[in-house]
Amino acid sequence: MSHVKCLRCRGCEREYPVEPLNACDFCFGPLEVEYDYEAISEAVSRESISQGPNTMWRYHDFLPVDAELALDMGTGFTPLIKAENLGRRLGLENLYVKNDSVNPTFSFKDRVVSVASAKALEFEFDTLACASTGNLMGAVAAHGAKASMNTMVFFPADVEKGKIVGAGIYGATLIAVDGTYDQVNRLCSELADNHRWAFVNVNMRPFYAEGSKTLGYEVAEQLGWTAPQHCIVPGASGALFTKIYKGLNEMVDAGLIAPISTKMHIAQAEGCSPIVEAYNLGETEVRPVRPNTLAKSLAIGNPADGPYALRTIAASEGSAVMAMEDEIVEGIQILAETEGIFTETAGGVVISGLRRLVKNGLIKPDELTVAYITGNGLKTQEVVESAIKPVHITPSYDAFEEAMAGR
Amino acid sequence: MVKRRVKFTFPTDQITDPVIYELGHRFKLVTNIRRADVREDMGWVVLELEGSEDEIANGLAWVAETGVRIDPVSGDVIEG
Repeated sequence: MSHVKCLRCRGCEREYPVEPLNACDFCFGPLEVEYDYEAISEAVSRESISQGPNTMWRYHDFLPVDAELALDMGTGFTPLIKAENLGRRLGLENLYVKNDSVNPTFSFKDRVVSVASAKALEFEFDTLACASTGNLMGAVAAHGAKASMNTMVFFPADVEKGKIVGAGIYGATLIAVDGTYDQVNRLCSELADNHRWAFVNVNMRPFYAEGSKTLGYEVAEQLGWTAPQHCIVPGASGALFTKIYKGLNEMVDAGLIAPISTKMHIAQAEGCSPIVEAYNLGETEVRPVRPNTLAKSLAIGNPADGPYALRTIAASEGSAVMAMEDEIVEGIQILAETEGIFTETAGGVVISGLRRLVKNGLIKPDELTVAYITGNGLKTQEVVESAIKPVHITPSYDAFEEAMAGR
Repeated sequence: MVKRRVKFTFPTDQITDPVIYELGHRFKLVTNIRRADVREDMGWVVLELEGSEDEIANGLAWVAETGVRIDPVSGDVIEG
């Protein structure tokens, strides 16, 4: 059974029952799942976790779903790779890449949807839905198919084609909206009030967000039950960033790892960097911006978890870093050419952001650093197409030799 | 009559404008503020609007025209 006690408002701390709610009736603040940590500590050990499945569900005691209801598509426990080549390029001797682009639908969204869809079944919803910048709709569509649920996905009409195909193939109803992601989200918010659907990132949000914690647990376990000195994470709403830190701290509380001193760094693209801007100004609130970035999966102008991300930075003595728009593709190429990992634009932002952190001396060469790569490049091939230049020849020996001689 | 929860974010040059007062008067809406943070250079207000669907839609369109940003509360924007 799960160890959930209640939902609690992050604003006024009022308590709510475990139901598909996401906002406090009193102050309209966001709700968060609260657990019985004593029960979790008694239930888990390094041994019990190690004997679990090779998926994120090995950490089910920390998740708000009963283990027997888990919708396990093989998500999680993705490779943590010692990135020696990339480290040499960036000047880091102890760099790891958490390659979460190899999940069932090729992004970390499978983690959050795994939890949200299991919870939706528990609440007896028959329709799974979402507002998406691209990656989420693939995860929702696949989990909806696996759970035999109807699936409705809403997305800005200009998202990358690969992401639309990657959701449509699972039989989801695709709704392309002429507008920004923020506008899509507003629409879904209205729909959630009037249809009894499980919108994973609207009315299922408190449960959904908890799935991201597993990216913290896994890294600690894969490093031999210890936390890294630095984590660099892409920033959209800020939820992934805060939940990874929460995950690491929960492992400390459960006695699974020693107290941590992990510095959390969030990376955003120049064209949509409200959290970085607030950090640079020393603010505790985020000013909304109108996104205009190549990194569409990070294009959230008014990040709901922005203030909490800023608190995580402060608590961990981390930072926020910006990748320039013209460095995003470069970051993708560097990771591909050094480690053989093809990531999407969010990963390009992380790699370029990491390079800046090293250059600015915020990460020392010997410090144990983990870069989170959360999405697969095969979904956003358009953005790197112009950087790929095949050698075009006629089918003859001479043509080949001639072409190669000029290189 | 319906209710709608929204968040208004005010740009610096509109912090002193009585937008919520005018919204209530122009569009026959009950405005009920639940949370707010108003500073010298930035402000946001989370509130509930109650009125007819048409009045709410027209009222929000007017607020958007003034330059104030409107976000839903029941589904704060999170990554997708």
